[in-house]
Amino acid sequence: MRTPPKVELRAVHHRFLRPDGSVFTALDGVDLAVAPGTFVSLIGPSGCGKSTIFNAVAGLLTPSDGVVVIDGQDATGTIGRVGYMLQKDLLLPWRTVLDNIILGLEIRGASVSEARAYALPYLHRYGLGGFENAYPASLSGGMRQRAALLRTLLFDSEIVLLDEPFGALDAQTRGRMQEWLLQIWQDFRKTVIFVTHDVEEAVYLSDVIHVMAARPGRVVATLEVPLRRPRPRSLALTSEFSAIRERCLDLLGHGASAHAEEEA
Amino acid sequence: MSEVASGRAGAAPGGALSSVGAPPRPKLSPFRVRRLPRERIWPAWLIVLFQVGLLVALVGGWEYAAATGALDAFFWSRPSAVAETMVVFFRDGDALTDAWYTARATLLGFILGTALGTAWGLSFWWSRNYAAIVQPYIICFESIPKLALAPLVILVFGIGLASKVALGMALTVIVSALTTYSGVKAVDADHERLMYSLGASRWQVFSKLVVPACLPWGISVLRVNIGLALTGAVVGEFISSQHGLGRAILYAGQTYEIALVWCAVTVLSAMSVVMYLAVSWLERLLLKHVRH
Ligand SMILES: Nc1ncnc2c1ncn2[C@@H]1O[C@H](COP(=O)(O)OP(=O)(O)OP(=O)(O)O)[C@@H](O)[C@H]1O
Ligand SMILES: [Mg+2]
Repeated sequence: MRTPPKVELRAVHHRFLRPDGSVFTALDGVDLAVAPGTFVSLIGPSGCGKSTIFNAVAGLLTPSDGVVVIDGQDATGTIGRVGYMLQKDLLLPWRTVLDNIILGLEIRGASVSEARAYALPYLHRYGLGGFENAYPASLSGGMRQRAALLRTLLFDSEIVLLDEPFGALDAQTRGRMQEWLLQIWQDFRKTVIFVTHDVEEAVYLSDVIHVMAARPGRVVATLEVPLRRPRPRSLALTSEFSAIRERCLDLLGHGASAHAEEEA
Repeated sequence: MSEVASGRAGAAPGGALSSVGAPPRPKLSPFRVRRLPRERIWPAWLIVLFQVGLLVALVGGWEYAAATGALDAFFWSRPSAVAETMVVFFRDGDALTDAWYTARATLLGFILGTALGTAWGLSFWWSRNYAAIVQPYIICFESIPKLALAPLVILVFGIGLASKVALGMALTVIVSALTTYSGVKAVDADHERLMYSLGASRWQVFSKLVVPACLPWGISVLRVNIGLALTGAVVGEFISSQHGLGRAILYAGQTYEIALVWCAVTVLSAMSVVMYLAVSWLERLLLKHVRH
């Protein structure tokens, strides 16, 4: 194809051993290729293995079968290559916002004072100014998510995995966070893989959408989103946009009914 | 597709419930509207007044009972005699030497026991195999009544300060270790994943996550430990010692100087309260720095 992919999953299978001894197939032959600098979304029903894919890419889980390739190298089971925002914000309650955000820099060997000086302008730029010395417990949900996102981005990896970063937010905050994320994506020139349950969000943000199905977890379709950027909010009202959204919903629905028929 | 859809529609919740015959509603007592129960809080001075009054009544009652003979003053002594003895105990006796001896043993046992126990508890994070191997030994050690070993400890460590410190340590180390270990087990696995996803080494996860996450657990037992260390020191002195409030109490009891027993117990209690308050203060200070 065109440029070589930034991240690639080749025939990734994963089976979990359940406590009762039975085997559960979470991923059944997932092939994915993510081009550098693109914004890619994974959508699919709960339990289809989206977080499992992320854990495999981040090296936190070694798949039972298959390989994860990053920048052309076998990266299966190696940590420290990607910024990963897990499904929860996971801010450390005993650290201030600023010190939470520099965690990745600290782990990569930066001195605390240097890291703080480097991170502070970003805090101000991305709407956390004045809260650098606050503790996570005193932040609103949106601010916590922003802090977690900044921590992920300041780790300064070229690849960023975001697992439902806006799942717990109200619609208004969510909208603002999406704009903010797009701005950051453009500022930092990252490759972003994004998980969401909100089809509209996926269409609005992504260049490519991978639709997954559950039991066993697999990718059932890959859609390009050929909408021009920057994308105004009103884009959601255009027929192009709704055509893609309907297509996604259809694929998700199809996945579900195919599964129901299998069981019947 | 349509078959599936119609099959699901048939199982709509409302219809299904009424046609199957819902289980009968359990009998409920009728609604009873009442006020939210609420106690009126007294002003602080009134509370203090009652506290002081209670103390005066207790001491006065004791004195009165001893004076009228209702209480045998030989066995129970009386407040006036205790007060007189107290003056002598401080002016001519060993009150300060004894108190300092006991305090020193307590503090050393407390500090060493807590520090070692906390470090031991934290060490379990490094290897689950090691933790599993050591587990039964810890439980055994915990269930031994450590004070029963006091005579042995005195034999091994001598009748000096070391044996009292050792007893205080034996009592505190296990409490700290077990509590900190609970903290280790409560470290959020997702936080660990986060650290590892950022490429952290085990040492980094330990120092940046496990230690700060477990410190509140270690700190929460400080107040318990200071009391245990004091118990260890006093019991050590009971068994064999040349100084200390424990020795003073035992000695006075054996020579029927009951007023002196009360004096030493009072000094011991006062010391215990002071140490408890100091440790509570330390605990709050540390927690503020650790949590925030
Ligand atoms: N440690 C585990 N042991 C056994 N099964 C697991 C384990 N972790 C995940 N699973 C199973 O694997 C499947 C995929 O889980 P995963 O967390 O990847 O789903 P997901 O797509 O991220 O779901 P959601 O959208 O709800 O976050 C689920 O059905 C889950 O029950
Ligand atoms: Mg998930």
